[in-house]
Amino acid sequence: MNALLECRNLTKSYGRKPALSNVDLTISPGRIVGLLGPNGSGKSTLIKLANGLLTPTAGEILVCGKRPGVESHLAVSYLPDKNYLNDWMRVSDIISYFSDFYQNFDASRARDMLRRLDIDERQRLKALSKGTKEKVQLILVMSRKAQLYLLDEPIGGVDPAARDYILNTIITNYDEQASIVLSTHLIADIEKVLDDVIFLAEGRVALVSSVDEIREKNGKSVDALFREVYKC
Amino acid sequence: MAWQFDSDRPIYAQLVEQIKRLILSGAYPPGSKLPSVRDLAAQAAVNPNTMQKALAELETDGLLFTQRTAGRFVTEDDEVIQRLRQQLCQGILENFIQSMTGLGFTPQQALEQLQIHVEGEKR
Repeated sequence: MNALLECRNLTKSYGRKPALSNVDLTISPGRIVGLLGPNGSGKSTLIKLANGLLTPTAGEILVCGKRPGVESHLAVSYLPDKNYLNDWMRVSDIISYFSDFYQNFDASRARDMLRRLDIDERQRLKALSKGTKEKVQLILVMSRKAQLYLLDEPIGGVDPAARDYILNTIITNYDEQASIVLSTHLIADIEKVLDDVIFLAEGRVALVSSVDEIREKNGKSVDALFREVYKC
Repeated sequence: MAWQFDSDRPIYAQLVEQIKRLILSGAYPPGSKLPSVRDLAAQAAVNPNTMQKALAELETDGLLFTQRTAGRFVTEDDEVIQRLRQQLCQGILENFIQSMTGLGFTPQQALEQLQIHVEGEKR
């Protein structure tokens, strides 16, 4: 099986400061992967590199076997860590916008999820709360039939009930050949849903393991291990 | 049923146990069809691959079998189910004795306590 995401010796520096150093990683199809690490460990940098928003200082990153570019943008569905939608637009406008923009966007799936979360399509984004805006963005991203979903902090601002619904949506809706990489601090909430975890520390890969391997070897949850490894 | 997981043990192993209980309790009676991997994963709010792994183990144990196009079913072999029931029963009994000796009862006294309790329930 061809890797959906491959990093070889990947390095990215901001000026003199390295954000990622010599990262080697492979993500195969059909996996849900948690990208975990404390603030400033390079999670967002890695996701941005995969999405072509940043270029590597050294080394290589390949998405579906190719360098990030026009082709990979169709294969990748990206949820940034900030709000990028125009505030004056209505939710329904954004759905048409996405339909125009992405040929793999499934508008009926998006509308369905909006209904389930009681979000009124006629509302302007401006009128929505922070959490609701995040839900809308995540719905848009998950409604694309992509091969690789890159979600930067997808559930941070969302209430626990909606979080459950969203995780459920992720489990039931993604294609078996697709993979999801998500960065988060809310490990306990999400670890049952993950296949693998990647721990980043100061721009390096500290650990790659499956969730059950961690539990088997250490006799503790990923959340507990994280708190131990990154103890301040 | 709510699926609950301890944080210190592999999730797939806990799924195996919980599905065994569901079979014995009659939630999935012998010969019945199980929901799809995805549906089960969604119900338990776990990763589909983890659920798949648990079901594969139950299949190896002979508790489930797959019919290629129709899906996955609970075994109709009563012997296998009785054996499972015995096996889980042993575990519960061991825990019980262990807890009771922890409280200072001898196994014999524990048995007496159990008897008193059961008789009390009857009335």
